[in-house]
Amino acid sequence: MAETRYTKDHEYIHIEGDVGVVGISDYAQQQLGDIVFVELPEVGRAITQGAEAAVVESVKAASEIYAPVAGEVIEINAALEGEPGAVNEDPLGRGWFLKLRIGDPAQLASLMSESEYEDFLKTIA
Amino acid sequence: MAAESTGQTLKTTPLHARHVGLGARLVPFAGYEMPVQYPTGILAEHAHTRQAAGLFDVSHMGQAWLTSRAGHAVTAAALEALVPGDIIGLAHGQQRYSMLLNEQGGILDDLMVARPPDPAADGRLLLIVNAACKSQDFLHIAANLPEGVQLTPAPERALLALQGPAAERVLARHAPAAAAMRFMSVQPLAVGGIEAFVSRSGYTGEDGYEISVPAGAAVALWDLLTAEPEVKPIGLGARDSLRLEAGLCLYGHDINQETSPVEAGLGWAIGRRRRKDGGFPGAIRITGELHDGPLRRRVGLTLSGRIPAREGAAILDQAGELVGEVTSGGFGPTFGGPVAMGYVVRDFARSGTGLLVVVRDRRIPAEVANMPFVQHRYKR
Repeated sequence: MAETRYTKDHEYIHIEGDVGVVGISDYAQQQLGDIVFVELPEVGRAITQGAEAAVVESVKAASEIYAPVAGEVIEINAALEGEPGAVNEDPLGRGWFLKLRIGDPAQLASLMSESEYEDFLKTIA
Repeated sequence: MAAESTGQTLKTTPLHARHVGLGARLVPFAGYEMPVQYPTGILAEHAHTRQAAGLFDVSHMGQAWLTSRAGHAVTAAALEALVPGDIIGLAHGQQRYSMLLNEQGGILDDLMVARPPDPAADGRLLLIVNAACKSQDFLHIAANLPEGVQLTPAPERALLALQGPAAERVLARHAPAAAAMRFMSVQPLAVGGIEAFVSRSGYTGEDGYEISVPAGAAVALWDLLTAEPEVKPIGLGARDSLRLEAGLCLYGHDINQETSPVEAGLGWAIGRRRRKDGGFPGAIRITGELHDGPLRRRVGLTLSGRIPAREGAAILDQAGELVGEVTSGGFGPTFGGPVAMGYVVRDFARSGTGLLVVVRDRRIPAEVANMPFVQHRYKR
């Protein structure tokens, strides 16, 4: 069953079987502002949980995006190269960053569910 | 991404409630809570300023009157002891860009100096300095004035900047005389009945005005101008991307107490008489650099690809040797790609020189480029 879980750093992982689609939350894109470049990892790279997976450049600054769980990068969203603004417009849809083959599904339990993340956002607002 | 935290008590400008009402994202800047962007975002604000007119609240900047009863020459000479610009030669109704210097010829701050057009106001100069430097600047100036010359800070004044190709049309609707002003001229004007001191200048590379008004009139002026169809409010984020494309220095980044005006490429702001006669702090270093060339120079850089280089990025020559550092950089929305400025040792400062800029351990090909990155459109 598809499910989306979140980190405290505002990354999401949309779980589809043993594959996770990783991106940043709507709150994150709002905080970053207009995104002008997304640096994505190479396909095939193994990333550990919490390690840098991508870098988002807004007009103002560069921000690191961390892997919600460990895994191997199996696909990147190449469309972001030509249209980085998709992250602002549709962060949970067209603005996805990369797909991971989830290394250790047990790590998903350390992430927040959608409703837990919404509660978390209220605490930092 | 990591969260920002704010602890200290921040000052606000008279327009704070307007920014909140517009849904601005407010950030701490130079001790003030200031709008970095409005809901439309930096790219849209940047483009709007280049295409129509943007209104900026820059009331955090420091305004002060430098005055003497003995006339212009006395007030101007007092300031000339602290800056390398020709202030004595500043004509009625003109404004000049200059720099407060330390004894080593480093830049304490950059500032605008305006002489009112009315001969009856002779002996009065309006100074506009950077927000982050204003307390130190005012202490420094006041401590170095001769008898009979006073510095009077004007914290009771607000400052708005109206910038962009539609600025003239908009302001002339409320102050017809604004249309005839030329770049770097100043004039007291009633803007929709509000007594203002207006300069035709700005920090975007576009035509436009900076409008100083009593703090109590700031909201009325803001409302008057934002009601015009061409005008949108613009935050500090777009102010930074606009000035970067215009090749203009940001104090504390592109210029600081270590950089001299000559290194910074601001030698044009040193008057001919001042070059010959000196008499400003750091004159030995600065006249030497004017004669022999500086050891390093501020240059513009264009980068291949889309990755912006930020402040602090190392600049290497083709052989990989460190030759400089980026002091400002980002994505130029109108330029359509990453642009930066930084200092390089002088052998690498020539336009067209191929260099490498290091971003996250990657060496990105870059080229020394003439600035501005986007043509200025001042009304000269």
